Amino acid sequence: MQTSFTPISGLLGGMLIGLAAVLLLLANGRIAGISGIVGGLLTRATADMGWRVAFVAGLWLGGIVYWLVCGEVFAVQLAATWPVMLIAGLLVGFGTRMGGGCTSGHGVCGIARLSKRSTVATLVFMGAGIATVFATRHVLA
Amino acid sequence: MMATRSNTWQLFFAVLSGILFGLGLAVSGMVNPAKVLGFLDVAGDWDPTLAFVMAGALAVTTPAFRVVLKRPGPWFASRFALPTKTDLEPRLVLGAALFGIGWGLAGLCPGPAVTDLVTARGSVLLFVAAMLAGAMFYDWLDARIKS
Repeated sequence: MQTSFTPISGLLGGMLIGLAAVLLLLANGRIAGISGIVGGLLTRATADMGWRVAFVAGLWLGGIVYWLVCGEVFAVQLAATWPVMLIAGLLVGFGTRMGGGCTSGHGVCGIARLSKRSTVATLVFMGAGIATVFATRHVLA
Repeated sequence: MMATRSNTWQLFFAVLSGILFGLGLAVSGMVNPAKVLGFLDVAGDWDPTLAFVMAGALAVTTPAFRVVLKRPGPWFASRFALPTKTDLEPRLVLGAALFGIGWGLAGLCPGPAVTDLVTARGSVLLFVAAMLAGAMFYDWLDARIKS
């Protein structure tokens, strides 16, 4: 599944993501790390739940807003089979909890804070992702 | 009274931040697993868009975080809740590697997975359910090892 390079919408969307992270830090003093926010819903006590539920609902609503404004749902092209999606989901859930973050928390917020841990984590998951795609598309296929 | 009011504002800004985040994922195309896999496929038909999304986000967060964190505190909470760990533990690296493998298999990470629930696709629902199960399994394992 080939996709075309879209640098302008990429930069624009990235800036919106950055703005969202700045707003959450400025207003609530929180890091916009999706795996951490969702993970907190599974474990934390009730006092901490409200803003987490609100953020996750907003994340979903953002897709609805895009749909309403553009008049059509955004493209979601999935190539993976159901068993692969199951294994991938387990790895993403387990790995982000173990590594303390994902693309947003480590990648967008951590690197912005010049965190050594987040920079290393981002390089490792990018490298592992590249190696996995290389293996599935060019070695096993 | 004061606490209740600031709690309401916290909810408001959490929803607003979430919406902007989801909108950014949709505008950038990162909600599409094919585009993410296209970025990770450096030896194939490489799509560099994800690098531009990261650059756009970091161009905003890097200077703005510096300014925001100079403040005595956030608007509607008593303090900034920032990560305190600084050491490179094995579990940071191993966790990031496992996450990267899953990311490379499906082309989905936690944020886009939530936004993609809008499409009500069965395989997205399965991915999110598995992601929650994987996170709960790690927390359970971690608690067992610690005790």
